[in-house]
Amino acid sequence: MISNSQLVNKYFRHSKKFPHIWCPGCGIGIILGNMLRSIDALAIDKNDIAFVSGIGCTGRAPVYVDFNTLHTTHGRALPFATGLKLARPELNVIVATGDGDATAIGGNHLIHACRRNIDITTIIFNNYIYGMTGGQYSPTTPHGDKAYTCKLGNIERPFNISALVEAAGATFVGRTTSYHTLQMQNIIKKAIRHKGFSVVEIITHCPTTYGRLNRKGGAVEMLKWQKEVAIDKSRAEKMSPTELEGRIITGVLIEKELPEFCEQYDSIIEQAQNQTKGKLK
Amino acid sequence: MTKKTSYRLMQGNEAVAEGALAAGVSFFAGYPITPSTEIAEILADRLPENGGKFIQMEDEIGSIAAIIGASIGGCKTLTATSGPGFSLMQENLGFACLAEIPLVIVNVMRTGPSTGLATSPSQGDVMQARWGTHGDHPIIALTPSSVEEAFHYTIKAVNFAEKYRNPVIVLMDEVIGHMRARVSLPPQSMIEQINRVQPNMPHEWYLPYERSATGVAPMASFGDGYRYHITGLIHDAKGFPTANPNEARDNIRGLFTKIERGFREICLVDYECMDDAEHAIVAYGSMVLSARSAIEQLRESGIKIGMIKLGTLWPFPRFALERFLPQLKTILVPELNMGQIYREVLRVNAGKAVIEKLNRVNGTIIAPDEIVKTVKGMVR
Repeated sequence: MISNSQLVNKYFRHSKKFPHIWCPGCGIGIILGNMLRSIDALAIDKNDIAFVSGIGCTGRAPVYVDFNTLHTTHGRALPFATGLKLARPELNVIVATGDGDATAIGGNHLIHACRRNIDITTIIFNNYIYGMTGGQYSPTTPHGDKAYTCKLGNIERPFNISALVEAAGATFVGRTTSYHTLQMQNIIKKAIRHKGFSVVEIITHCPTTYGRLNRKGGAVEMLKWQKEVAIDKSRAEKMSPTELEGRIITGVLIEKELPEFCEQYDSIIEQAQNQTKGKLK
Repeated sequence: MTKKTSYRLMQGNEAVAEGALAAGVSFFAGYPITPSTEIAEILADRLPENGGKFIQMEDEIGSIAAIIGASIGGCKTLTATSGPGFSLMQENLGFACLAEIPLVIVNVMRTGPSTGLATSPSQGDVMQARWGTHGDHPIIALTPSSVEEAFHYTIKAVNFAEKYRNPVIVLMDEVIGHMRARVSLPPQSMIEQINRVQPNMPHEWYLPYERSATGVAPMASFGDGYRYHITGLIHDAKGFPTANPNEARDNIRGLFTKIERGFREICLVDYECMDDAEHAIVAYGSMVLSARSAIEQLRESGIKIGMIKLGTLWPFPRFALERFLPQLKTILVPELNMGQIYREVLRVNAGKAVIEKLNRVNGTIIAPDEIVKTVKGMVR
């Protein structure tokens, strides 16, 4: 496996002025690092990767890495990525998006991208909060938890992102946490290799806002919590709903083959061109 | 796309679709909306026949996002919409202005605000085209006044977008969109196609936002080996976010400079019967048709009147007016809105001629007789 210094030298932009913008203890760097390890393990050429993001803490990830990088508007990474993928089907298009970006402002784009089954890998960094704006409740903030726009507790019920994208038709759904880095690398590798729309939901931590407001401790305590609540799908299948209360099921949750959008469109082009030739005769 | 000039009866929306194909557009993303839908329907058929691609997105926000993505992938791109959809596109229109992404939005204008009169003509989105997205930005907006112009202006729009790395809006009122007329389609070999300048230097030397002498930076497509960053944040020449006041100034001023340099070329204006004119009608879109007929009648009754026909609304072609202001006593600006270009004409005039407006916002057009009556009142 690639060493950390090799990883930094190979994938980080030397021309970009570091330090990055993330807070000490943030989970985003862990996910970005492991995403790079997955890409390295798959030996994909850097020129063949387009890394697209929306707005928020997660949205800042692409600028640091040496790919074709596109930092779009809030919630819109997926439709930008859709156009790019159709224009350049040979590119591996990877989208990084947060819970608010993906499921609030970008929720409509997310479900339709799932339904379309276009070959894009979407990594959702789910830290239960809007971090960039200072800690407001998101569509995944657990019921009763606090944020700066619900100091007395969240009265809304959260989305289960993996269940949402499964229902919307994603043909690959994986879930892991920022604690489970080896599992994360495996799932991201599978997601990138998957032909179709893939979603990897990664439960991560924001010690600065969500952690502080909900007395979850620092980054270390929050990582420990991820370790405790996560349960692999294979073990979860043998457990009762009561036993699974409060647990987060991880692993590859959905993996199926269905016709991919760009490939289907290629056959539309072929049919349309054959028809025109027919007309000319 | 034919080898010799062909003549076809077609409607304005169809002419836009033909123009897009002739200009080399290979990607369209859109969402159905009256009165622009024909453009999407035609391109859904015609693009794949020519190896291009069409996608119907979940909304207009997604439509413009998708054409930005495809443009970054190297395609010439276009979308078509109407008022409500154009409102939804404003967010990413701003992104395209700042990130300097070539694309074309065709807005077949219907009466607003809101859902308004969905099937009736209007010119109500002129100021929205100029200032609809937040922040200071330059924009190019063209407006055809005939079906044939819809064809040619769409080609020009695509070419301007590519040349200036800027979004271009085609503002077409519903009358032109749905009017049918005989159009002469030149052979493809006679069509001028402008392609964005691509970088040819080694990858390490490429600065995606370093302006060349033309004020426009070469644009690499993703996947061509120039790995670089595109963002909606204010950025430096490398494309990286910056809050440095000097770099921020250069970024925003640079957007304006490139359009200022192309100002004369971008401004499409025509003059009709203006040589001896003492009075003028400033018209665009379907109002050109009413004005032309009114001028014929007015000339017959001895009134020396002509037309300044605006094909470009933004940047506003002020020289087209300034040239004639010394000889003009009155100017009439008929518009299917409450007076949006009228304000521009007032601004340029600076107290020289008497300027009147003639406005209509009930979903019907202004007929030639009404212009004749208004002008006669003004001239007296």
